[in-house]
Amino acid sequence: MAEVIHPDEILDEIEVSDLLTKALSLKKDNFRLSQACAAYANEKIELSYSFANDDTYQFTTLRVVIDPETEVPSITEIIPPAVFYENEMKELFGVKIKMISTDLQNRLYRIEEETPMIPKKGGN
Amino acid sequence: MGKRSVIPYGPQHPVLPEPIHIDLVVEDETVIEAIPSVGFIHRGLEGLAEKRDFNQMTYIAERVCGICSFQHGMGYCEAVERVFGVEVPNRAKYLRTIWAELGRMHSHLLWLGLLADGFGYENLFYQCWRVREKVLDLQEMTSGGRLIFSVNCVGGVLKDIPQEKLDIILKTLDEVEEECKIIKDTFFQDYTVQSRLQGVGILTKEQAHDLGCAGPFARASGIRTDMRKLGYAAYPDLDFEPIISTAGDSFARCYIRTMEVFQSIDLLRQAIAKIPNETDLVTPVKGNPNGEAFMRVEQPRGEAVYYVKANGSPNLDRFRVRTPTFANLPGLCEMLKNTKLADVGLLVITIDPCVSCTER
Amino acid sequence: MAKLKKSPWLLHYDGSSCNGCDIEVLAALTPVYDAERFGVMNTGDPLQADIFLITGGINTQNKDVVKQLYDQMPRPKVVVAVGVCACTGGVFKDCYNILGGADSVIPVDIYVPGCAARPQAIIDGVVQAVELLEKRSEEHKAMKKNKKKGA
Repeated sequence: MAEVIHPDEILDEIEVSDLLTKALSLKKDNFRLSQACAAYANEKIELSYSFANDDTYQFTTLRVVIDPETEVPSITEIIPPAVFYENEMKELFGVKIKMISTDLQNRLYRIEEETPMIPKKGGN
Repeated sequence: MGKRSVIPYGPQHPVLPEPIHIDLVVEDETVIEAIPSVGFIHRGLEGLAEKRDFNQMTYIAERVCGICSFQHGMGYCEAVERVFGVEVPNRAKYLRTIWAELGRMHSHLLWLGLLADGFGYENLFYQCWRVREKVLDLQEMTSGGRLIFSVNCVGGVLKDIPQEKLDIILKTLDEVEEECKIIKDTFFQDYTVQSRLQGVGILTKEQAHDLGCAGPFARASGIRTDMRKLGYAAYPDLDFEPIISTAGDSFARCYIRTMEVFQSIDLLRQAIAKIPNETDLVTPVKGNPNGEAFMRVEQPRGEAVYYVKANGSPNLDRFRVRTPTFANLPGLCEMLKNTKLADVGLLVITIDPCVSCTER
Repeated sequence: MAKLKKSPWLLHYDGSSCNGCDIEVLAALTPVYDAERFGVMNTGDPLQADIFLITGGINTQNKDVVKQLYDQMPRPKVVVAVGVCACTGGVFKDCYNILGGADSVIPVDIYVPGCAARPQAIIDGVVQAVELLEKRSEEHKAMKKNKKKGA
């Protein structure tokens, strides 16, 4: 029988201003960025930055809930591989992310439609 | 300093069947920087969540990628099951494990073949794919499809594998194991293979960790990570240890995937020996999902993260897949630095890129 | 199938498929199914290809790539759409970035159904393409001859 390592996942709801300090402290605790994504619900945008630890299998998600107009600092300066995730958020959801290390200017997927993941107002 | 120039690699090129475009900044013959650009296969599959209900999304999730199709379906279903809070019947858990490991075998054999093709060993490529066909036959026999099974549903699996077919799997596994041993010896001992793979494209453990690499790519650099240890499906009942290597070069990646074929054979034997005799295959779910869940599964290419956010209506608010190749792209760009231009095609293959996963 | 005069070369491009059809195209060329016994060879160079196998639907970014590959191929040429996504768009038809099947940008001659298309079906499509190619090259020759006479 193999041992199962499955610590409870942590979901940490934080303010935009705390994002960089929290991400930095997770990085210092030997976490790697596992995924980052945005979701649109109730006219708010939820950003989830998930971090994983390969030794303990701990999975911690930082959740930031913002208005679509709020500006968010980029975490690429602390965690360089976040660059693709942040460009994806920016292109698909129109999240205003400041200072991405390599800002592809909405040209990651090069789609013609703007912010396709946000439901159209008044449309079907 | 030599002359600098930019060489475009892809999207249509002979090494990989899939389109990926990389701009290579080269100085004489050495790559200085690699800048990938994606989007040739971007379909916008995650956006379909608003048009399809959560049961139909199972079939969309399976078509994120045709190679690890079953595992995508399983990951999605496990995530929705978490939202519902239902437990899958025991036999269904084992059946999922069996299909998942068959999928891993065929994916790794496919990769070994592509690798052999990458360094021009056509014969070995054909041998790997010949053995792989036997695994595909098993998949077809048990599910009805060679690549895309559509046997997953929220709450369990739709099909059973009767005992006679399990016996056929065991018998075929013996044959496949014998043939894989020959393939393994060729990869591990052949002079041409060694000279192309050893010491090429090194990624250190620190780099792999900082760049968030996943799966065999990270394990080849010495990171002990295997999401099967999280204990989804029937993995808590099976005995296995993640295979790791510390060399971090192309040969280590080849070693990991070759050995994982044998690990999968072993896991399949264990699972077939332990599979409980039940008739229940699906735990029915009532109503619509409400809530959110993350799910991590170990795919042939590494850790995949599924995120499901539901609002109590049949349509999900958000369905998100973070596929292993997406996580491995930064690692690939780092690895390509200071390599020879002629090695680039081979090195791109060593991360086992799945572009349709990456771009969805 | 009658005896062939030439060995047609095949160019494969992955439009925006899920990879399933692509590996089946490759499987059709490997020993178990062996499309090469019809004289078909896989090439990566559009300038030397006669048959264009396309898998997956067309999206906004790859439509120019597909068009360019098609234009680069010398006449006469045959296009085979492999899999339901290349035929109509398939399950991804409603995605925001999918324009439709391969025929939305280039003329398609032969449609191979399936999700994923089975190697047997792909071989059947390729064999039909080979026959069509023979016919087209006859027509092409006749057209050239007429032009010469007219000049």
